[in-house]
Amino acid sequence: MELKAAFPKTIPVLAGYLFLGITYGILAVTSGLPAWMPVLTALVVYTGSMEFLLVSILLAPFNPFSVLATTLMVGARHIFYGLAMLTKYRGTGKAKFYLIYTTSDETFALNCDAVIPKGMSKAKYYFWVSFLDQMYWVAGAALGAFSGSYITFRTEGLDFVMTAMFLCIFQNQWLRDRDLLRQKNGSKTTWRKLFPAHAGELTGVFCSLVCLLIFGAERFIIPSMILILAVLAAGRKRIEPAVDGLQKGEKS
Amino acid sequence: MTMTVTQAVITVGIVIAGTVFTRFISYIAFPEGKKIPPFILYLGKVLGPAVFGLLVVYCFRNTDFLTSFADGGTHGIPELTGLLVTCGTFRKSRSMMLAMALGTAAYMVLLQAVF
Repeated sequence: MELKAAFPKTIPVLAGYLFLGITYGILAVTSGLPAWMPVLTALVVYTGSMEFLLVSILLAPFNPFSVLATTLMVGARHIFYGLAMLTKYRGTGKAKFYLIYTTSDETFALNCDAVIPKGMSKAKYYFWVSFLDQMYWVAGAALGAFSGSYITFRTEGLDFVMTAMFLCIFQNQWLRDRDLLRQKNGSKTTWRKLFPAHAGELTGVFCSLVCLLIFGAERFIIPSMILILAVLAAGRKRIEPAVDGLQKGEKS
Repeated sequence: MTMTVTQAVITVGIVIAGTVFTRFISYIAFPEGKKIPPFILYLGKVLGPAVFGLLVVYCFRNTDFLTSFADGGTHGIPELTGLLVTCGTFRKSRSMMLAMALGTAAYMVLLQAVF
């Protein structure tokens, strides 16, 4: 019953994960990794953005400390997914460990957004969404890894798909905030209201660009995270009321 | 691979450990029944979009705008085109799949066929 309700919601992820998973499998194998590696990492690491980076990490010289730093940096957003799902995943019993372990961007989005139909077990519903998503990803990686050698077109530049994924998610958040702002203020949006409403997006981009110019491509991430935290903490008085105002407008 | 199998296994292990840590830490810090401080709730709301802003910049960090065409440079034209196609398609269709496919295709064509 829960599976029947969950499956239709996961169809966009099915399409996205198969495409991305196949790309990941091909990228890993054409980069010179053995075919079992992308399948194994798809199953146990199961975080798309980090796995794409893992390909180049595995091909570079061994450097455990920088790997740990990169993983924590890229995975840092999971901390906030965790905070958002704290109450929703409460009381899910035996499934809870698996649900937390498989919180990918897309699974988080689906489960956070889900309205559990009456009479259904929320633990089972969340489980099926999480499980189906993970299987799509593993299946995609396996297809790409084992049929990649039959693919004869030139794959140079295929890794841009990861950039495109982040661009889409970023833009999606921007458009959502903009729609909320318009709902509230009509189409007349003043520049003064633009920053608090898009505080997260703007802070993220500008702090990172500044740090990229100062520190260079190889070591700008940690300074960027610190600067982002500092700006968001300093601007809390102006940003928080604007963000809360938008989210209230969404509910009413 | 320049790594030995042992080194690769350790590397993957570190990535798993780091990922598991980031996924579980919130639930460990705020177990059932414990209140979440307002500042953490605030960060939870604004840090998500900021992290994706950082990731976008991260993806373009190695784009070379300065090397001239004569020296094999591209002035970042494939990257900028990919960005514009991806964002333009997403804006019109709101379909992540379509935007990713077209943006990546545009980037690959420019990279392989033109430059």
